[in-house]
Amino acid sequence: MSNTQWENLSVQALAVVAVVYFLALLAHLVEWAALRKLPTDAPLDQRTRTFGRFGFLLTVIGAAVQLVALVGRGMAADPNRVPWGNMYEFVITGTFVLVLAYLVLRGRFSLEWLAPIVVGFALTVLMVAELTLYEEVVPLTEALSSPWLVIHVVAAVIATGAFTLGGILSVLYLVKERKPDTTTGFLARVPELDALDRISYRIHAFAFPVWTFAVLIAGPIWAHYAWSRYWGWDAKEVWAFITWVVYAAYLHARATAGWKGRNAAIVALVGVGTLWFNFIGINYFFGGSSQHSYAAPSVVQEPVRSSYDLI
Amino acid sequence: MGDLNLRELLRWSWRQLTSMRTALILLLLLALASIPGSVIPQDNIDAFKASQWREDHPDLAPIYEKLGLFSVFDSVWFAAIYLLLALSLVGCILPRTRVYWRGLRAAPPKAPRNLTRLPDSATYRTSEPVDDVLARAQVLLRKRRFRVLAAEGAVSSERGYLREAGNLLFHISVLIVLAGFGIGSLFGYQGGVIVWKDGGFSNNLTQYDDFVPGSLMQAEDMEPFSFEVTDFDVNWLMSGPRKGMAQKFVAHLDYRETPDGEEKEYDLKVNHPLSIGGTDLFLIGHGYAPSITVRDGNGDVAWSGPVIFLPEDQATFTSFGVVKAPDARPRQIGLEGLLYPTYANVDGNPVSLFGDDRNPRISMLAYVGNLGMDSGDSQSVYVLDKSRMTELKKNDGSMFRVDLFPGQTKKLPDGAGSVTFEGMRPWVRIQISKTPGKGVALGGVILALVGLLGSLFIRPRRVWVRARREDEETVVEIAALDRSGGGEVGTELAEIVASLRAGDVREEKS
Repeated sequence: MSNTQWENLSVQALAVVAVVYFLALLAHLVEWAALRKLPTDAPLDQRTRTFGRFGFLLTVIGAAVQLVALVGRGMAADPNRVPWGNMYEFVITGTFVLVLAYLVLRGRFSLEWLAPIVVGFALTVLMVAELTLYEEVVPLTEALSSPWLVIHVVAAVIATGAFTLGGILSVLYLVKERKPDTTTGFLARVPELDALDRISYRIHAFAFPVWTFAVLIAGPIWAHYAWSRYWGWDAKEVWAFITWVVYAAYLHARATAGWKGRNAAIVALVGVGTLWFNFIGINYFFGGSSQHSYAAPSVVQEPVRSSYDLI
Repeated sequence: MGDLNLRELLRWSWRQLTSMRTALILLLLLALASIPGSVIPQDNIDAFKASQWREDHPDLAPIYEKLGLFSVFDSVWFAAIYLLLALSLVGCILPRTRVYWRGLRAAPPKAPRNLTRLPDSATYRTSEPVDDVLARAQVLLRKRRFRVLAAEGAVSSERGYLREAGNLLFHISVLIVLAGFGIGSLFGYQGGVIVWKDGGFSNNLTQYDDFVPGSLMQAEDMEPFSFEVTDFDVNWLMSGPRKGMAQKFVAHLDYRETPDGEEKEYDLKVNHPLSIGGTDLFLIGHGYAPSITVRDGNGDVAWSGPVIFLPEDQATFTSFGVVKAPDARPRQIGLEGLLYPTYANVDGNPVSLFGDDRNPRISMLAYVGNLGMDSGDSQSVYVLDKSRMTELKKNDGSMFRVDLFPGQTKKLPDGAGSVTFEGMRPWVRIQISKTPGKGVALGGVILALVGLLGSLFIRPRRVWVRARREDEETVVEIAALDRSGGGEVGTELAEIVASLRAGDVREEKS
């Protein structure tokens, strides 16, 4: 297959993914709408269960097609490469990891209640990416052609996915806390407050070391090779550091000050805010001034900075 | 009396500083304090942007200057936060190490009186004698790597001591990272230099275009290497969506580690720096230096050589440059203008179609007068001071431009002289940096990660087993307690009970 064919395959696959996720979201919404008035201990009727399974199956299919889209994206480049060269590619990879994590962990941690949120989130983000971020497949710029791309980005994507999941749980915690006694509908089927808090903590405890590795080990090593300094207070680095500090405060507060529940959830949400601001905000608001900006190549006025920025 | 008060005050301050609450506040403050560093252009990151910002905000700039907002990460208040944090860390580490050291050698605590009252406990009855049950419990718990103590008809055990060790390691490592980072910024240096093809460089201060030394860096610390750029290759993409993008930049260097060392070759590429001793050389940019000869009004060569033009646009490499001929007589000559590496005339506008030098052309305005270079003030080689220069016009007063392809010569009006475009030459920008302590910092972060993993995933827990005789039977009570706050011990308890019962020979028989 030619590069153009691979690229077209990727584009078409993503269109299919969007439709399939949309159907999955509909199925889950029907499922949860049916449960709206049903107490948690009442048995589910056949129709509701069918819609739930249908939604799950569609999500599996959607994820599989999304993997095809990712592979197509990588194969379309000359030379072939990992599909992590720009924001668009990061987003389609990140949502895939999120959906995959949900599918894998669903059985083990009874995450059925997470289905509409994850699918809805992935669908929204994918559509926004498709509308605003789409770029043609291009070869990697010189600074990106490094094995550290794989290591740094994989770790960052995993940590971002996990932190986002932790953020979703924190929101659910805060919502459920306002109506702790609900016995019917979605909120009642979300785990107890204690359990939510515990799962959220565990996810953060997993994500934090991965984030540490991504931004404080792999990132600096690569920055040393590509940009001649391991830490240069670039806007992206500053915000990665801010995120790290906020989550360090989260873990610290839990471990020593005994912060739980509400307070911990709020700190976690601040953390997720800085994380996403770093991903989106820095590229748009500080585009030119960050070496991580995935915008057009920066104009070099004085020979001060590297002109081999990331794209 | 005063002495005591001072001591009390110090003690009180120390306690406040090292409290958990203070550490938390300092952490969040550190995050908050970093924000201006990403919003306001920083002098040592993008000096050009910073000076431009100053020009655009004449009212705010002096205030910002005072607050150190143009170099947040070197400012006093930023340093104050992280030094307080480091102090708070030390204050946290010391007492905790003492407590940990004591706890490490202490025996597991005695079994509580009523084991069944603990949230995770189990009871079973067997005919096995008390001593046998306890003996087997000890073996079993040891095998599960618990620290075990038998006393008064019960077995106490504990494991997961390394959690606190991980915690301490993490905190100490943060200090190591700070130290490594500090060493780098105090004793290291960073500099950049543009070298054209066939040009050379030897590592001393006078040869740098820009140089940022650490505050304690000594000129003797600079390694005495030298190099020459023998060639520069670049691969221009001729098709595809990124048509015109350059790839595979390679600067071929001949270098010597010491003035009388043997000459070696190295292909310097992006992501592949050359290390000489503790110094690293990086390829971070490239451009063109057209060779230009300027003859003055007397017909003498006033300037001849490559002139570095700075790319204004990375896509087409349209570049800006300045030629200064201070030796020109009777009047000094200055040229200022653009270089189009692949020149084309599109609708009457000169443009560069491409970054490669397929059809190079220079297009410059000429000035005569006083270049202002005699005052002794240093002048940027990329800026022409036109305050005492006059632009040359054609005899009829219309605009005059020096537009030349390689090999061409143009006479300046007024008999001021002539300009020849001899040919093209690539230049590369090489960043040279010495960052001592980077190994220390990296080691520190790795240790911190190891410590972090330990402190997050090692779960300290205690298990007690008590057996007593009751109605011709042995009642065995087992309880487990999680001490990490958030862990679950139910599964482990069930496993321990199961294997304790499975080893019960009598129960199996019955």
